[in-house]
Amino acid sequence: MRVIDYTIEPPVVEGNPSLSSINESIIKPLESKPTRGWYIAISISLTMLLIGAISLGVTLWKGVGVWGVNQPVGWGFDIVNFVFWVGIGHAGTLISAILFLLRQRWRTSIARFAEAMTIFAVMCAGLFPLIHTGRPWLDGYLLPYPNQHALWVNFTSPLLWDVFAVSTYFTVSLVFWYIGLIPDLATLRDRTTNKILKTIYSILSLGWRHSGRHWQHYEMAYLILAGFATPLVLSVHTIVSFDFAVSIMPGWHTTIFPPYFVAGAVFSGFAMVQNVLIIIRKVFRIEHIITLDTLEKMNKVMLATGMMVGYAYAMEFFIAWYSGNPIEQFVFLNRALGPYAWAYWTMVTCNVLFPQLFWFRKFRRSIPVMFIVAVFVNVGMWFERFVIVVTTLSRDYLPSSWGMYIPSIYDIGILIGSFGLFFTLIFLFIRTLPVVSIAEVKAVLNSSQPSHGGNH
Amino acid sequence: MENKILYSVSGIFEDVNKLISAVKTVTDSGYTKFDVHSPYPIHGLPQAMKLKPSKLGWVTLVFGLSGALFAFLFMYWVNVIDYPLIVGGKPFYQLPAYVPVMFEVTVLSAAVFTVAWMLFIMFKFPNNSHPLIDTEYMRKVSVDKYGITIQASDPIFDLTRAKEFLQSLGASEVFEIYFRESNVKPKIFDKKFILFLGITSLIVSGVTYFILNHLLFMSPFNWMHEQFRLNPQSKLTFTKPETTNLTPVEGTVARGFLPYPYTDRPDLAEKNLINPLLPTEKTLKVGKEKYLTFCSPCHGNFGHGDSRLKGQFPNPPTLHSDKLRNMKDGGIYHIITVGQNIMPGYASQISSDERWAIVHYIRVLQRAINPKESDLK
Ligand code: HEC
Repeated sequence: MRVIDYTIEPPVVEGNPSLSSINESIIKPLESKPTRGWYIAISISLTMLLIGAISLGVTLWKGVGVWGVNQPVGWGFDIVNFVFWVGIGHAGTLISAILFLLRQRWRTSIARFAEAMTIFAVMCAGLFPLIHTGRPWLDGYLLPYPNQHALWVNFTSPLLWDVFAVSTYFTVSLVFWYIGLIPDLATLRDRTTNKILKTIYSILSLGWRHSGRHWQHYEMAYLILAGFATPLVLSVHTIVSFDFAVSIMPGWHTTIFPPYFVAGAVFSGFAMVQNVLIIIRKVFRIEHIITLDTLEKMNKVMLATGMMVGYAYAMEFFIAWYSGNPIEQFVFLNRALGPYAWAYWTMVTCNVLFPQLFWFRKFRRSIPVMFIVAVFVNVGMWFERFVIVVTTLSRDYLPSSWGMYIPSIYDIGILIGSFGLFFTLIFLFIRTLPVVSIAEVKAVLNSSQPSHGGNH
Repeated sequence: MENKILYSVSGIFEDVNKLISAVKTVTDSGYTKFDVHSPYPIHGLPQAMKLKPSKLGWVTLVFGLSGALFAFLFMYWVNVIDYPLIVGGKPFYQLPAYVPVMFEVTVLSAAVFTVAWMLFIMFKFPNNSHPLIDTEYMRKVSVDKYGITIQASDPIFDLTRAKEFLQSLGASEVFEIYFRESNVKPKIFDKKFILFLGITSLIVSGVTYFILNHLLFMSPFNWMHEQFRLNPQSKLTFTKPETTNLTPVEGTVARGFLPYPYTDRPDLAEKNLINPLLPTEKTLKVGKEKYLTFCSPCHGNFGHGDSRLKGQFPNPPTLHSDKLRNMKDGGIYHIITVGQNIMPGYASQISSDERWAIVHYIRVLQRAINPKESDLK
C-alpha cells in the first residue's frame, strides 16, 4: 500500500516554473490566433444560442402560451432551468470565496475561471424568471421604485427575495471577479504593444501600479469580499429554495430544502467547473497549473456533496412516512412510482450512484472517468429540479385538478439556448482575459514569498 | 530633459528576500514617500514598510450597517405606512420576512462600497496618467521583478544620494522617472474628448427616447392591445379544454360577485340601485385606492380624462361633466360594472362594495372641482 504524508501540502503549481514563464503560459492563448478547435467550439455554441434566440423570439411574439406550461403546472422548464443555472454558479463562489477563507491554496489556479463561470451561469439563470413573467419588458416592476401607480412590491414574498438575492449575487460576484482581474489587466497593459488593446486594458485596469501600499488594502478588500460572498452564496440558494419551501405544496413545504438545495448547488457546480476545466487545461496546455491534484480534490468535494444530496433524498421519504401526512406520503410515492418515475430514477442514478466511483483513487484521478461522471451529475441535477417542480405541481391535493406537463419545442429550444449563451460567453472569456489569476498564482509559488528569518 | 519634472528614483530588485531587507533599510533611513512594487502581494511587506493595518474594514462596517438599516426602515415604511396590504392574513410588520432582503442589501452595499471606496477614494483611481505607468520600470515589476521607488517630493530626497542609496542596497538597475506632459495639462478639455462626450450623450438620449416612446408601443411590446388571451367564459381556441380547468361548472357564482340583472338596462340600474355605503372616511379611502389603481390610468388621477396611456387607448371624457354630476350613483355604478362603449366592465376585478366606494370617491373629486354652495361656507 502507498503511504501518503498528509502533513506536507503538495505544491499548487507543478514543476516550480519561474515567474515570467507563468506570465507566458497564461497570457499566450490571448495573443496567439484562435485555433481551429476554438472556431468549431464557438460555432457550435453560437448555433445553440441562435436556436434559443429563435425560440425566445417566438415566445415573445406569441406569449408564453407556446410553452408547455398550463394549469396545474405553471412552473415548467423556465423555473427548472433557473434553479439549475443558479446552482451551477454556486461552485464558483465556493471555490473563490469559501476555499479562500479556509486557506485552501489549490483553489488559486481555478478560482478565476470558476468565478467567471458563476457570472455567466447567473446571467443564464436570471434570464428565466425574467421571461417567465410573460412580458419581460415590464420587468421593471420587479424592483421597488416609486412608480405612477403608487404600488410597491411585496417584501414578504420569497419571489421578491429572489430578485434581491440573485441581483445581489450577480453584482457581488462581478465585483469580486473584477477586483481579482485588476492586477492582471495591469500586467496585460504593461505587456501588450497593440494600441487598441492597450487602451482597453488601461481603462479596465484603472491605472493599477502593483504598488505595495495598494496591495495591502487590496488584500484586505479581497478578504472582506470573500467574507461577504461566503454567507451570500449560502443565502442565495437558500432563498431559491424558499420559493418552494415557503409555499404549502406537498413535497415542497419542508425544512430540509435550504441545506439540500445548497449542497445540490455546490454538487452540480463542481461538476460543471470540472467538466469545462478538463477541456481548457488540455486545449491551452496548462496541465501544470490546473493540476490533476486539483481535479482530484474537486472530485472529493463532489463525492461529499453528492452524499449529502443522497441523504436528503432519503430523508424526504423518511419524513413523509414519519409525518403521517397522507398527502405528503402520496407525493413521494408518486415521485418514485408515478408518471414521472423515469425522471426520478434518472436523478437518483446520476446523482447518488455514479459519484460513488470517486471512493476509488484510481477513478478520482482518471480524466475520462471523472469527466463522464461529472456529465452525469449535471444531467442528474437538472432532473432533480425537474422532479421537484413538476411532480409536486402535477399532482397536488385535489385529484380533480391533476394534470401532466409536457414541454414544447420552445421550452427545449430555450434550454439549449441557455447552454449556448453560457458556452459562448466562456469561449469569449478564454480568448480575451487570463483564465488563471496571474498575480495569485505567482504569490503561491514556492520561491515567491520571503523565507522566514531571511537575511535581515 | 531640462524642463521635465522629476517624479522619483526607482530601483529594480531581483530577489524577494533582498527586497524585504532593502525595504527595511529604506524605512529605517527616514524616507516616508517611497513605495514598493511587486507583481503579486508579498507577505510581510507591510510590516517591513511599517504600514498601519488597513482601515478598510471600517468602511465596510459603516456601509454594511447603513444598508441593513436602510432596508429595514424602507420595508417598514412601505409595508406599514405607505402601502399596507394584507397578505395571507399576516400582520403588516413581520420582521422575519424582512430578514432576507435586509441581508442581501447589507451584503450588496458593504461589498460595492468597500471596493468603490478603496479604488476611487483611497487609491484615487482611475489614474492612467501616473508617471510610473508605461515606464520600463513598470513593465519589469509587473512580470517578475520587484522595485523600490523613492519620490522626489520626499523631504530628505536628493537625486544622487537616492540613486547611490538604492544601488548600495543591491538594486540591479536604477531609473529616473519624470512626469509626462500630460500630467501637467489635463485632457478633459481636449476637443476630441468633448466631441466624444457630445456624441455619446446624443446617442444615449436618442436610444432612450426611442425605447421609451416608440419601441415599447410596437408589437409585441404593446401594452394592452392584441393580447393572446381568453375572454372570460369564452370558448377555448388555442388549447384543448380537457387539459385545463378554466371552465367552471355551470351556474357557478363567485363570492361577492352576484349576477347583475341590469346588464342591458342602464336606465333601470340608475333608477333602482342605491348606494349601500355611507361616505365615511374608511369608504372613501377604499374608493380612492381602487380608483387610483383601476381607473386613473385612463381617467387621470383627478378624473379629467388625462390618460397616462399616451394614445394607446382613446382618452375618456372628463368625469366632471354635468351629465355625470347629475347622474345618480346607480348610473355610475352601472358604467363601472358593465362598461360603456369601449370602456370595459370591471365587475370581475372589483367587488360590488368596492365599486360603490369608487362612486363615492368620484363624487368627492367632482365636488372638489365644482363645490356645492354648502361646501364653500
Ligand atoms: C382602459 C381605460 C379606462 C379605464 C381603466 C376606465 N375607464 Fe371609464 N371610460 C373610458 C372611456 C374611453 C370612456 C368613454 C366611453 C364612451 O365612449 O362612452 C369611459 C367612460 C367612463 C364614464 C362615463 C363618462 C361619460 O361622460 O359618459 C364613467 C363614469 C367612467 N368611465 C368611470 C370609470 C371608472 C369609475 C373607472 C374605474 C373603475 C374607469 N372608468 C376605468 C376608459 C376607461
